[in-house]
Amino acid sequence: MSAQQREISVSEFFAKNRHLLGFDNPRKALLTAVKEAVDNALDACEEAGILPDIRIELLQRSETRFKVTVRDNGPGIVRKQIENVFGRLLYGSKFHRLKMSRGQQGIGISAAGMYGLMTTGQPVLIISKTHKKKPAVEVLLKMDTSKNRADVVSETEHPEDDGLFADGHGTQVSIEMEGKYQQGRQSVDEYLDQTAIANPHAKFTFITPTNETIEFNRGTNELPPEAKEILPHPRGIELGTLIQMIERTERAQVGGFLQEEFSRVSPSVSKEICAKAGITPRTWVKNVGHAEAEGIYKAIQEVKIMAPATDCLVPIGTKALLSGLLKEVRAEFFTACTRPADVYRGNPFLIEVGLAFGGELPKDELIRVIRFANRVPLLYQQSACTSFKAVLETTWKNYGISQSRGSLPEGPIVVMVHMASVWVPFTSESKEAIADYDEIRKEMKLALQDVGRKLGIYMRRRQRMRREGERRSIFERYIGEISQATEAITGTSAKRIYDSLLKVAKRKTEEADAVLNDEGKRVKDSDPLGKDDSVIILPGRVPSTGEPSEDEAAPGDRREDGPAGSLFEESAAEATAKPKRKKG
Amino acid sequence: MTNMSKKSPDAVRTETLGKIGDLGKAVAKSALAEHDPFVDVPTRTISNTTYNEARRLLQMGDATLRRNLFNTGQARKFMQMVLLSKGCKDLLEARKTLSLRGMYYKSLHTIVGTNEKTFDDQEESDGILEDIEVALATLRENLHLFAKKRGTMVGNITVIDKGDSIDCRRMGTGGYAIPSICEPSVVQFGKCEAKFVLHVEKDTVWSRFNEDRFWETHNCILTEGSGQPPRGVRRLLYRLHKELGLPVYCLLDCDPWGHYIYSVIKQGSINLAFESERMAIPDARYLGIRSGDFVRCGLSDDVKISLNDRDTERAKQIAEYPWFAKKKHWQKEIQQMLRNGFKMEVESLITKDISYVTEVYVPERLKAKDWLD
Repeated sequence: MSAQQREISVSEFFAKNRHLLGFDNPRKALLTAVKEAVDNALDACEEAGILPDIRIELLQRSETRFKVTVRDNGPGIVRKQIENVFGRLLYGSKFHRLKMSRGQQGIGISAAGMYGLMTTGQPVLIISKTHKKKPAVEVLLKMDTSKNRADVVSETEHPEDDGLFADGHGTQVSIEMEGKYQQGRQSVDEYLDQTAIANPHAKFTFITPTNETIEFNRGTNELPPEAKEILPHPRGIELGTLIQMIERTERAQVGGFLQEEFSRVSPSVSKEICAKAGITPRTWVKNVGHAEAEGIYKAIQEVKIMAPATDCLVPIGTKALLSGLLKEVRAEFFTACTRPADVYRGNPFLIEVGLAFGGELPKDELIRVIRFANRVPLLYQQSACTSFKAVLETTWKNYGISQSRGSLPEGPIVVMVHMASVWVPFTSESKEAIADYDEIRKEMKLALQDVGRKLGIYMRRRQRMRREGERRSIFERYIGEISQATEAITGTSAKRIYDSLLKVAKRKTEEADAVLNDEGKRVKDSDPLGKDDSVIILPGRVPSTGEPSEDEAAPGDRREDGPAGSLFEESAAEATAKPKRKKG
Repeated sequence: MTNMSKKSPDAVRTETLGKIGDLGKAVAKSALAEHDPFVDVPTRTISNTTYNEARRLLQMGDATLRRNLFNTGQARKFMQMVLLSKGCKDLLEARKTLSLRGMYYKSLHTIVGTNEKTFDDQEESDGILEDIEVALATLRENLHLFAKKRGTMVGNITVIDKGDSIDCRRMGTGGYAIPSICEPSVVQFGKCEAKFVLHVEKDTVWSRFNEDRFWETHNCILTEGSGQPPRGVRRLLYRLHKELGLPVYCLLDCDPWGHYIYSVIKQGSINLAFESERMAIPDARYLGIRSGDFVRCGLSDDVKISLNDRDTERAKQIAEYPWFAKKKHWQKEIQQMLRNGFKMEVESLITKDISYVTEVYVPERLKAKDWLD
């Protein structure tokens, strides 16, 4: 939509549409500026195959004035592109292509610079270094809003060893602007927290206005593979769009049109579509009228067509999702699910869901839903987002989580929903909520059900674990007393008795640790979660219980045939701590 | 059950110490072998109680409950058992006695590293001590434990209590407090003119009889047991009956609880069935109150206390006890009470006249030999 407004004066456009772009109030403006700069930095690093290392600094100039500085270790920007990238609105190639990327419209960072200029009169400062042997260039840019381009205020070369870019290349952008820094929900902190979850391959260093340094370390050293650009998929394309494409195509025959302008249409598929539509692949495109187009449209719906290629979508992946959650959420149970790709309106997309449970998460609150689109956290308009609806519509009670009708479930849970797509259908330009398409919501629900089921298994087992833990602690509590009294009666060393009884206690509770199925019968092959790569359990974070329950659990059927393997995966060894906060 | 009274106190003490030692050794041995230590405790429930028809008393069966350490429901009790056994051993070695409450305090402390106490209350400790008694096949007295004194006696008898001669004819209004341990080693009988024992349910009725000097006019011994009589009272009644040949008559409330008190005195209790042989008095008789007394004595409606559901249920249970089941007069009595739909306390007779119970009711019954057996 914004693409069609090219002829309108940019300043006018921007002044009118500030709110659409996420600059409605000072607090949100600060967040949006950071977000746009970080998104750009991540995209730049990934496209160049560099593991991102991004430093964000908020410098408070006065109560309402901040200097936002974001520095990356990306490839740097060649001198002549600097004005275009940072000085022009709607500059970029991301809008027309079908490729998965963080930015879509090419508004972001230039809008932030423009906002800064409008609120403080200060130009944007860009320092870029493209090679370690080349000096960094420092450019001070001032937007000329009437012409939609930037004027260079000053330009200097940095000495080679300025130490700004440790890797020898990168970009730093500083914007001075009106803003408000406040921690909590919808803050810069939350944005970085969530970005770190969805981008475990990136390292972030955040210097807060109070000069605290928060580090978000990497959970993995693997870069996500680069996304490929694709053609639209025929399934789900609307009739109007199809007609438009037919009108615009340079192909002469229908067969060629179908095969060349859509993905997954082979000669045989195109033949089948044409046959169903009552035409042939050799039919001239110019002879295709409204009736024929409708025939083709109907035929597409009936013919079996391969799902779109998934290499155009780069999922975060179950493993990386888990490592992201693991390093940022202090929970005890983690699981994730990546759905196969599906299509809405001809656009391939895929849904990923991660779930963290227990540990230090608050128990008596509604669960927290964190939403992502192409790895970018969505912090606003939660209830308008289809992911939120999908969470509501999932029957959490089935997994042992309480949920009142029409509201989020309650419990120590963080659910993250990620949609990766070549085109994410946002409800507005500020990219805050995903539009409610049936196909998308359905996929989200399926993914939520998958992690829910695993959580359910864990919940039941945790209950058993807890019972076992209680049993063990009951025994351990009493054997000290028993050993001493027995020594007093018999003269046998209390320590010897204690040590022996402790061994028995460990053995007895281990026996009952053996995996049982829901009916309490022993499962032959071990733990269903134990072998599952999509699950991580950190037993150390299971909160300890208070008073034990006095359950007279059937002592008679205790199994005597030895322990049956460990309950837990040891895979969580790399579990790292929360980002370290240190006073700078 | 061995009759401990025949052995010298020292021999009993040694034997009891040996039994506690055995329990400790069993625990130590099974611990060192890395097994689950246990103690077998004879079950004190109705299902493990049999009525010996020939001897007309309740006996404990052979059923035992194994109390394991490594069972969540039993661990704490197991710990308490070992702890109290150790407490009793200390007591025996020191040649001292303690009340049940004293023993509870002796063994009460906070378990190291927790904020849990070894016992929540005395009741918990008392129950475990009974378990130890049956598990070691010994008696509370032999563990040097006694209960709080309960029950009073007055009458034409002299008793020697730990060497002190006590004339029960000169006890004023208070009476002789029956000690918890009434073993021959503690209490001996002196001169006795009394011809029978009248046992009443509670203190208020007993005071009425004492004030009216009933024991003097009828030449008897008057006892009360504050409701369900404690072991001391039962042991004393037994010895008065057995050693002095005195018949025992009971004056209790007309309700299931009164009936069960009579049952305990006569056949022994389910909980302490192992002590029946030294406490039960199969020849004890039930004078009243009886369900027909409302009409017979012409009592006013005011004395009726409606039977509640629990009373009705309990009455039916009692009627089914084997030692009641075959007694037609008892079946009739209980059926009539259920038909009446109300119970009556002994005090209800006071509505007739302050001393009706002592001057009319009991003398009439005794004279007419009108009692239930």
